[in-house]
Amino acid sequence: MLKRVGETPPLPSVPIAEAGFPAPFASSLEYSVPARGGWTIVHVGMLIPEAHEIFVCASACLRGVVLSAAEMDLMDRFSTVSIEEHNVLEGDMEALIVEGVADILQRLPKLPPAVLVYSSCIHHFVGCDLALCYDMLRKRFPGVDFTDCYMTPTMRKSGLTPDQIMRRQLYSLLRPLPKDPRACAVIGNCFSLDESSDLVRMIRSAGFTLYQLPDMKTYAEYLETAKSSFCISTQSVARAGGDALEQRLGVRHLYLPVSYSSEEIRRNKAELARALGIDPPEDAGEEAAVAAALDRARETLGDTPVVIDYTFTPRPLGLARLLWEHGFRVTRLYLDSFSPEEREDLAWLREHAPAIEVCPTVSPVMRKARRGSPEKVLAIGQKAAYLSDTGYFVDLVENGGLYGFDGMRKLADLIEDAYLHEKDTETLIQRKGWGCESCI
Amino acid sequence: MRQARTVLSTYSADTFGVCSALYELGGMIVMHDASGCNSTYSTHDEPRWYHSDAMVFISGLTEIEAIMGDDEKLIGDILETVDALHPAFTAIAGTPIPMMTGFDFDSVAREIEERSGIPCFGFPTNGMRSYLCGASEALDAFARRMTVDVPAKRKNAVNLLGVTPLDFSVNGTAESMRAILRENGYEVTGCWSMGSSLEDLRRAGEAEVNLVASGVGMKAAKYLKSRFGTPYVVGAMTGKPMTEQILRALKQTLADGKDRVAFCGGRPDPGFCIIGEGVVSRSLASAVALERGVLPRVIDPFEALPELEGILSPSDVRASGEEEIQKICRDAGTVVADPLYRPILPKSCRFVPMPHEAFSGRIWRRQIPDFTKIEIKGMVEE
Repeated sequence: MLKRVGETPPLPSVPIAEAGFPAPFASSLEYSVPARGGWTIVHVGMLIPEAHEIFVCASACLRGVVLSAAEMDLMDRFSTVSIEEHNVLEGDMEALIVEGVADILQRLPKLPPAVLVYSSCIHHFVGCDLALCYDMLRKRFPGVDFTDCYMTPTMRKSGLTPDQIMRRQLYSLLRPLPKDPRACAVIGNCFSLDESSDLVRMIRSAGFTLYQLPDMKTYAEYLETAKSSFCISTQSVARAGGDALEQRLGVRHLYLPVSYSSEEIRRNKAELARALGIDPPEDAGEEAAVAAALDRARETLGDTPVVIDYTFTPRPLGLARLLWEHGFRVTRLYLDSFSPEEREDLAWLREHAPAIEVCPTVSPVMRKARRGSPEKVLAIGQKAAYLSDTGYFVDLVENGGLYGFDGMRKLADLIEDAYLHEKDTETLIQRKGWGCESCI
Repeated sequence: MRQARTVLSTYSADTFGVCSALYELGGMIVMHDASGCNSTYSTHDEPRWYHSDAMVFISGLTEIEAIMGDDEKLIGDILETVDALHPAFTAIAGTPIPMMTGFDFDSVAREIEERSGIPCFGFPTNGMRSYLCGASEALDAFARRMTVDVPAKRKNAVNLLGVTPLDFSVNGTAESMRAILRENGYEVTGCWSMGSSLEDLRRAGEAEVNLVASGVGMKAAKYLKSRFGTPYVVGAMTGKPMTEQILRALKQTLADGKDRVAFCGGRPDPGFCIIGEGVVSRSLASAVALERGVLPRVIDPFEALPELEGILSPSDVRASGEEEIQKICRDAGTVVADPLYRPILPKSCRFVPMPHEAFSGRIWRRQIPDFTKIEIKGMVEE
């Protein structure tokens, strides 16, 4: 096995007080940290029960998605149509999609109820008439619901990102249904919110039916989501999906983001209470429990440096602020850009913790920079664990199912546990799609 | 339809072949791509990624840069990174969108070379061909550009060509091949390209003979023959009898200077199929023939590269479509292939799993054998 050799460049970090907003680092070549827990568009699409994914791309693009499905042991729900040079030259992209998808569907043991057809950058560059393709497929397979999905990373800075689009398209197959005034949905998350989380407890106690895609087992169950009288998104990447549902099906959309601020959580809960038609719950006991759990964790960690990466939570600055306020020694944040939602937390950290380092994850220099530290480090997130070369880390992506005061209390427990019990970082972080089935 | 696959995986692409072939040589390889290629390559096709600091990156191409033809952004980013990381050379490998926009790899490589003062390679890969093309082009380009004139050949010196993890993984095959050569009196000048340094490879001309272990090494072998007059032997060490066959071929070639393929014939058995890369699969088939007298049929799923003409035997076939392979294997009694082929093969056939990193990635990496230790008796029915 190769060993690290040669000179070690300095870490390309900046103190948070000097970090530019929203991009603290200039864009350049990009490195890929071997932490694979983040979900791909394959993983997200597979949330629709019984749906079949068909990717139409060049083999370089197919390679990663095919093996994502294979590692999930879901090749029976996954197919491909490869684009070759002659398709580009002959301009038969539409025929390739229609005939390729049709051929696959005819050869499957049985027709799936829904098919997600993923186009790629190349279709958009050649001006492929995708609408025509979907129309033709719908006519040829009237019993199958088709939706358009996208693997278009070249367009990632041109409007919605592929991830945002994917989470929007997750609900594009829903058809109008009579509304159930006592039903709602939490949408766009890879993980269902914990039953004990503040939101779910409120929804259950109000006697509402709750739809969460990761819990669903059948396509029929998925379609019932359209009965929801309102839907909730809890992270910015899912917001466009909620807006689309409101526009298309009249399902009112509430954006109640994951937060580490007691004030924002209380605000979110009050908004949910209004939608549920109940009084806002009393939070005093919960807030005290959070404070106690954080104090306990801080006592255990002592002066241990804490590092956080952006894959752990959509609000890494909010989390850093929470921990700093509770006396943790947060030393470094691994992220490549700041979310506009975190402006206020950034300002707070600049003022109160100006020396916290902000470190990129994709900078090529990170490939050569020294990982690790002479002292024990507690990492929150997989990328932070790799880049700080520690086995003491909280292994979670996208905040898992944590939400509200309950989520903060559980997070404090996870931090304490991570500090006390070393993990096999190399094995854990290389598995794709945290929480999914993995052959690795 | 040949291009439609209901359950089959896809082989690693040309872009990744370039990266794999040049990975250990101290250069900086940039995939000119938006996003995704780097994580795909480093997750599924590069078992050395976690513990090494080899420089493989993506350019982060955006829609606006592609449409406006903003090559200066890429050039500037590469030059800036060269300044920070000091690679021995740079290389740019293409993906579908640069192909669409007509990106001029040669000119950009020349400009980067001029401005950085270190060699730069431009590989017009497009992500639509197999790793075999990319890795083969990369080793050939390296041979043309980086090898140096040597004062003399070294006695019994040999280069191992076409050894990448995509075909041999990291379970000891490369080391075993070197050890076997050493034990038999050879000095391994360079292994192209696992476990050897840039300098080792540059002295390739010192070798008296080259051993081509996979199709990836063939083009470079032909070039090294034309430049240094080094003859070559083709064959992978797939088990003891085949290894002995290769050692005999090397000896003969050292004596008469003639190129050789170390494969052997036998009674063709179309009911015994081996699916995989041509040279490795022909070596496996030869190993079976040496022990049992029957010659399995090789199904080569790759494009026909000119330098590999004549590698397959008359009873072998080239086929990449799912239905085509299904049809060929319809009556097969035994199939040796990557486990991801299993769903399209007849239930009744005896399936011998031979995981191939370039097909199933890391899924069965632990089960990929040291090829030199393969026991043929485990592959054939008793």
